[in-house]
Amino acid sequence: MLLLILKRIGLGLITLFIVSLITFVGVEVLPGDACTTYLEREAYGAALDACIKRLGLDVPAYERYLDWAANVVRGDFGYSLSGEMPINEVLGPRVKNSLVLASVSILIGIPLAIVLGIITALWRDKLPDIMISTITIFSMTIPEFISATLLILIVAIWLGWLPGIVIIPSDATFYELLSNIILPVVAISMIMTAHMARMVRSSVIQVMASDYVQMAILKGVPYWKMVFRHVLPNALLPAINVVALTIAWLLGGVVVTEVVFNYPGLGRLVIESISNRDLPVVQALAIILASIYVGINLIADLMTLMLNPRLKSLQIRK
Amino acid sequence: MNEIIESVKNLSIGFNSQKGKQISILRNVSTNIKKGETVGIVGESGSGKSTLALAMMGYIKQGLFPLKGECLFKSDDLLKMSSRQLEKIRGRKIAMIPQNAGQALTPNLKIGYQIDEALRLHTDLNKTERDKKISELLNKVRLPSPETMAFRYPHELSGGQQQRVAVAMALAGKPDLLLLDEPTTGLDVTTQAHVLELLRFIAKDTGTSMIYVSHDLGAIAQVSDRIVVMYAGEIVLEGPARKILKEPIHPYTYGLLKSIPKLSLAGLPASMPGSQPQPGSINEGCSFYDRCNLATDNCKKNSPDLEHIKKLDTNVRCFNYKELINQNNNLQTSITKKSNNSEANEVLKLKDVSISYAKQKFFDQLLNKISDQNPTVKDINIDIKKGETIALVGESGSGKSTILKSIAGLLKTKDGQIKFENDRILSSDLKMRNPNDLRAIQLIFQNPDESLNPNHTVEQILSQPLKLYFNLSGEELKKNIIDLLKKVRLGEFYMSRYPRQLSGGEKQRVAVARAFAAKPDIILCDEVTSALDVSVQAAVLNLLQQLKEDLGTTYVFVSHDLAVVRAISDRVAVLYQGRLCEIGPSQNVYKFPSHPYTEVLLGAVLEPDPDIKPKLVAEDIVEEKPPEKGCSFQGRCPRKIGDICNSKVPPWQIGENGNAIRCHINIEELASLQQ
Repeated sequence: MLLLILKRIGLGLITLFIVSLITFVGVEVLPGDACTTYLEREAYGAALDACIKRLGLDVPAYERYLDWAANVVRGDFGYSLSGEMPINEVLGPRVKNSLVLASVSILIGIPLAIVLGIITALWRDKLPDIMISTITIFSMTIPEFISATLLILIVAIWLGWLPGIVIIPSDATFYELLSNIILPVVAISMIMTAHMARMVRSSVIQVMASDYVQMAILKGVPYWKMVFRHVLPNALLPAINVVALTIAWLLGGVVVTEVVFNYPGLGRLVIESISNRDLPVVQALAIILASIYVGINLIADLMTLMLNPRLKSLQIRK
Repeated sequence: MNEIIESVKNLSIGFNSQKGKQISILRNVSTNIKKGETVGIVGESGSGKSTLALAMMGYIKQGLFPLKGECLFKSDDLLKMSSRQLEKIRGRKIAMIPQNAGQALTPNLKIGYQIDEALRLHTDLNKTERDKKISELLNKVRLPSPETMAFRYPHELSGGQQQRVAVAMALAGKPDLLLLDEPTTGLDVTTQAHVLELLRFIAKDTGTSMIYVSHDLGAIAQVSDRIVVMYAGEIVLEGPARKILKEPIHPYTYGLLKSIPKLSLAGLPASMPGSQPQPGSINEGCSFYDRCNLATDNCKKNSPDLEHIKKLDTNVRCFNYKELINQNNNLQTSITKKSNNSEANEVLKLKDVSISYAKQKFFDQLLNKISDQNPTVKDINIDIKKGETIALVGESGSGKSTILKSIAGLLKTKDGQIKFENDRILSSDLKMRNPNDLRAIQLIFQNPDESLNPNHTVEQILSQPLKLYFNLSGEELKKNIIDLLKKVRLGEFYMSRYPRQLSGGEKQRVAVARAFAAKPDIILCDEVTSALDVSVQAAVLNLLQQLKEDLGTTYVFVSHDLAVVRAISDRVAVLYQGRLCEIGPSQNVYKFPSHPYTEVLLGAVLEPDPDIKPKLVAEDIVEEKPPEKGCSFQGRCPRKIGDICNSKVPPWQIGENGNAIRCHINIEELASLQQ
């Protein structure tokens, strides 16, 4: 088991290494370099030389990569060009904001999705299922920029209950954030919850039709006990990986929602740094997003292994 | 003894068809279960036997509903009870032992928990008493090391052990009535015999009544006091087990018993024509009319009632049953088959064949070799003559299907050669074989549901080999397809049908026709009859034999069913853990002396005769891997003589009957031991 975890972590690190190489090479082969983009029209003569010298662009590419990689390992992503400040300072608040948005959405969305999925499955083809399923399919099909805009129109403009866009500094405190993120959370949860509820529903229905559930009924196990003991643990196992992907997607920045609500999270930073051609920040973001995906998928796989006795003993036997 | 525990009265269960018609799959069924009695409910698939059994627990499958009648458990109608009331009865008064315990045990809960759950629901024991009870129960069902067994998950157990756990779970609530739904189907022969023996012991020990549902008359014969025979949703015959099995007075039961291949008989069983009618297709007359050779005009118009015959203590649903009384000795007949020409040339030779499933290590992959010292299949030497039927028998894990796949080229061999016609070596890689060799060796699979493409019509299915190997088209192609269908006794109108519109037997006929379309020299049959009902199995066996006699095809026939093998094969090879134990002409292999493993297998076969009890000589342990050295059967052999069995591979000995046995015990000594 320990060996397996180490193996998976090793594989994750290799993935990150490859991602870093690809982004570095990608940035290298783009026409121009950090200095020409930064200096724009002044990119000639002494200013350019000074810039190249300052950013260390005069050394060979592989040396720069090694240098950069060594710093990243130490947790230092270097300097942002546009802000001329350490990338860590640029990233820090953004990561925090994205974390807040993601965790609030997760705390609300995932339990809601599981409950809705279970209700629709247990009352399959009855009124609760028909109602909830209609709503979930509806909110699944509407693109988020439309649902977000509609939310702003109805809740913020017509009713005036909540601010329509988030106007806060990027280093706002948690409590300042909380009152501002209600609408974005609703917009995100609508899609996320709908997808996951559908998944949970089909998974529960499948397990309910299994031989062991029939056996539990014929054993005299009361209905709700059967649901909690025999159905849910088996039905929710396959959901873990979907939940993981959703969390990674949320942390990686829900670009559209962040843009519509003007929310200062990671997703918007990606857009901004690309349009500013702030290459060091793009590189840093690529590494961070990749680590989030790798890390969360690793956790999900390990959880599935822990919770599924079948896989667990299979691995031990090997 | 005569107290009635459960009685079913005029029960009909059905569903609404898409056209809004009510269709019943259980029609007017009445029967009583007495205290301490074991009732066997037998019938082929679709006869409604499982529906009846589940209704006796107050459980109706989704989509079905009771049309009329009642299921009285001690004067309360189970079908009218609330789910609260049913929870108090299920598991406590009536308990269920399911068909496939592997799927009926919840995968994420430990064995101990699942038994404990039943105890908590149905007894007042406290925690320590329950823990004691759990190991008592596990001990009672004869599971090894009951203390640690409770902490294991269902998937960590073998099929036979899972079934035992299900038995222990059912016994936890001390039920008055046990319901067994095909509890041994899908288990190996030796395991099946052991589980049945356990069930018989429990019935006697606890005095519990049992309802034993099965399609297998052999298993039913071993446990039942009384037998109920079902056909097309009706009871057609009901009476004491011995009477039903020895003097069946209903033509369906009579035909069914005759279509079962028996160990004591060489030759093929007689088959019954036709198949069971679909639910809702019978409007008037007897439901068995189409297939009955006693049928008269009366049978076509009027449906017979269940008539009680006092003298025989039997209920029968037939107008003409009297014609069957005192005809019993006819049951022991079979169709003799033409034996093959022993002078014929060898068409296929397996020489020192070994096959490994081991994953190649990195360096082996580079060198393109397999370095497995203990391969799944090892040292197989078989020469197969033209026109002969050779059977490979053994339990699951014996490597019989593996060898078949290798011959077909689907699995690479590790060592050894497969030689075809005039000692030409066949490549073990399918891609390297020439098209003519591919045509010459055809495969028929176990399950026609999976081997026939559901989106192709029968015409498309059969035209593929004809186009591929013979480039036929147009009228000629069509003529060939009709010829093929005629060969497997299907009419021309089947051409436009899809597999789902065919019955199980018809599907397997199409699969047989597809194999013969290639005009093959050798047909590999992988458990071709084990998914079929007995009456259909007999028909398919007869068809295969007929085709062989007409066309001179060679069969390699893989089966776990020794009686079926006896019926169809000329020669038998017995395998254990991928090693040959015995090989010889089939009439000799079924005689003694034989290899101890053959002896164990033959002893475990269940015959549809209450007087022939299986002999259980070896434990039904499951071995994961063949032993690294010595005899392959050392772990379970009841005649093991000592260290030599563990250290040396036994030599081949040829008996005077012509069968070769691989054993350390001298063959004459073996003969005297087995007398």
